Amino acid sequence: MYRYDNYDHQMLTDRIAQFRNQTDRFLKGELAAPEFLPLRLQNGLYVQRLAPMLRIAIPYGMLSSRQMRKLAYIADYYDKGYGHFTTRQNIQFNWPALADVPDILAHLAEVEMHAIQTSGNCIRNTTTDQFAGCAVNEIEDSRPYCEIIRQWSTFHPEFAYLPRKFKIAVCGTQDDQAATQVHDIGLFIVRNDVGEIGFRVLVGGGLGRTPVVGKEIRPFLPKQHLLTYLDAILRVYNREGRRDNKYKARIKILVKETGVDEFRAKVEKEWLDLKDGPLTLTNAEFERCKSFFHDPAYKPMSDSNPILDKALSSDVLFASWYYQNVNAHKKPGYAIVTISLKKTGSAPGDVTTDQMNFIADLADHFSFGELRVSHEQNVILADVEKESLYTLWQKLKSQDLNADNLGLLTDIICCPGGDFCSLANAKSIPIAESIQRRFSDPVALRDIGALSLNISGCMNACGHHHVGNIGILGVDKKGAEFYQISLGGSVEDQTSLGQIVGPSFAQEEVPDVIDKIVSVYTTQRRAGERFLDTFNRIGIEPFREKVYAKAD
Amino acid sequence: MPKLIKNRKIIDDQWTLVRDLMEQAEALSSAELNLIVPLPYWLENRDALQQRSGKSAVWLDSHEIPSALGDDWNILELIALNFPVFTDGRAYSSARELRLNLGFKGEIRAIGDVLRDQLFYMSRCGFDAFTMRADQNLESALGAFEDFNDGYQVSADKPLPLFRRRA
Ligand code: HEM
Ligand code: SF4
Repeated sequence: MYRYDNYDHQMLTDRIAQFRNQTDRFLKGELAAPEFLPLRLQNGLYVQRLAPMLRIAIPYGMLSSRQMRKLAYIADYYDKGYGHFTTRQNIQFNWPALADVPDILAHLAEVEMHAIQTSGNCIRNTTTDQFAGCAVNEIEDSRPYCEIIRQWSTFHPEFAYLPRKFKIAVCGTQDDQAATQVHDIGLFIVRNDVGEIGFRVLVGGGLGRTPVVGKEIRPFLPKQHLLTYLDAILRVYNREGRRDNKYKARIKILVKETGVDEFRAKVEKEWLDLKDGPLTLTNAEFERCKSFFHDPAYKPMSDSNPILDKALSSDVLFASWYYQNVNAHKKPGYAIVTISLKKTGSAPGDVTTDQMNFIADLADHFSFGELRVSHEQNVILADVEKESLYTLWQKLKSQDLNADNLGLLTDIICCPGGDFCSLANAKSIPIAESIQRRFSDPVALRDIGALSLNISGCMNACGHHHVGNIGILGVDKKGAEFYQISLGGSVEDQTSLGQIVGPSFAQEEVPDVIDKIVSVYTTQRRAGERFLDTFNRIGIEPFREKVYAKAD
Repeated sequence: MPKLIKNRKIIDDQWTLVRDLMEQAEALSSAELNLIVPLPYWLENRDALQQRSGKSAVWLDSHEIPSALGDDWNILELIALNFPVFTDGRAYSSARELRLNLGFKGEIRAIGDVLRDQLFYMSRCGFDAFTMRADQNLESALGAFEDFNDGYQVSADKPLPLFRRRA
């Protein structure tokens, strides 16, 4: 993992002192609320339905056991004993007191964590694939580049008052798990004909009320030019992005209104002034950043393991978890384990203090003291010896962390919705639970197979509903909470936005509707087809007919 | 005389900012005053302005970019950049372009909704003078320049990004 040096530490210390001073002035009435607003947002602090909400960055999803324990401490001491992992590789606390926030930030700084730029109209936490560095068939580990971007974007003096928020994702794996194409900038690590590393650059993706898949503005950007090119894109956006209407202020609207070719021309022109300047990355810097992400001390091992094989044949529950939640690792004898935070009855992405401490211990015992969090709101132990999987699973079971539903319908992505969020049209957590209860039969669930179901409580789309195979959106119908359903969204290679099925449904209807949608798939699927494949083949009509058919 | 912050000191303002051509017609016609005029006025009256005994400078609104000045930035000793509201961040790009891309050596002055808590980033972008909003306390605002010891990026005071300087 990246380790701070004196410069990084000093910068955090300075930031906390600055924010403490700002908070003091606000509490004394010397700083007006509208002027404090962007300052607190850029320190992760929203004011929400029930209390302030603090959003802490987990840069590109990496978390050490020590950091996890610190989060547990904060949850316990300053909050109500739990935290919420979000779709943006952040963790949110729903109940801190405003006056405590500078102290919380000081605790975080001890473990090299912060809440900098986790909200506000600035460059946000950079995200990536949670399997980076361990995935099979990776082009290159994205994390050193993410760290380079983290430093460049942190306290960037030119881009702290953008027209709107700005999100960057980097992907170096074959199977993108970072939803890279729906970010303001999506960077795909690619290798050119002569073997050099660079980036395929997409701009103008995003969700929210106008979902857009990003468009390519450069097929290959040599890696040393990464930061000058980002500076150029951001400068064009800072200058020309719309500031007259907050709903049209994202870069996706600028790219749409300008046209991607003209937008590209503007960026390239701006880039000419910056290219090859002092911000050009050096080999020394690449090497420095890479050195933090070297492989841990893997043991040479054979890939098959008799202990694992025996457990798989003797314990069906373990086998079920193994086939669902364990992924292949680049090193023989190792595996990537995803701990699903989607157990029915607890809010998707929520973890309690005890669970955080427990997971931290697991990381120390089984995975070199490191963890990752995913945009699907789960936690990953990325380097587990196959030999230990059975023991690990038994431990997970003891803490109710053994949900074996990764990638299945009940592995729901879900925003906090009306229970916590003041922007919500409708609740989302109870909807997730009612669906999970409907699909509680593990055999039926496995038979349905790979299916992403995403829920947002309003059109801001924090729960990624546009890109769920099934998307559920909370809408307001004359003061009542209703749900609009869309089908066919995906964040895979062929990223696509869901199509709306039709008129929305009341809360109690939703599980039945999902049931009907799934039944269309199970009756029409061909061998080997996943839900998305069948949908892409037969289109939305059969689903529509089934869902709105009049009961006889 | 009104005060401003320049190079981290509070000094008297030697300039008259002309925001409104009609209301400030008298100032505009003065031969002695040092004037900061709006960009369109500068472009139309450049020669006449320069023949005055007082000095002349330009201010750009947040939607106006330095290239609108053509090569004139070369002959100006002061360019002011306006913040209609402090959350309008466009002038940060103009300052950085003037200072870092073009190598402008004169004064870059922040005018308009200029508040304490933005001073540090402004100074890193190349602003060196600040006409603060009327309600701001200049003495305590000076503290803002000490908010951080360093930054990761290329900036007006640090031509190299941190990654080229790390010891
Ligand atoms: C509870 C407090 C929250 C508030 C007030 C909030 C607010 C917003 C708003 C206003 C937008 C729309 C921005 C736009 O379209 O320009 C948005 C987008 C988003 N938020 Fe949240 N959010 C909250 C919590 C969360 C949580 C818990 C997650 C993750 C589970 C999340 C992840 C996202 C994502 C992924 C987007 C879409 C990004 C995009 O438009 O490209 N937010 N949020
Ligand atoms: S999608 Fe809407 S309801 Fe859900 S967290 Fe985001 S803003 Fe709140």
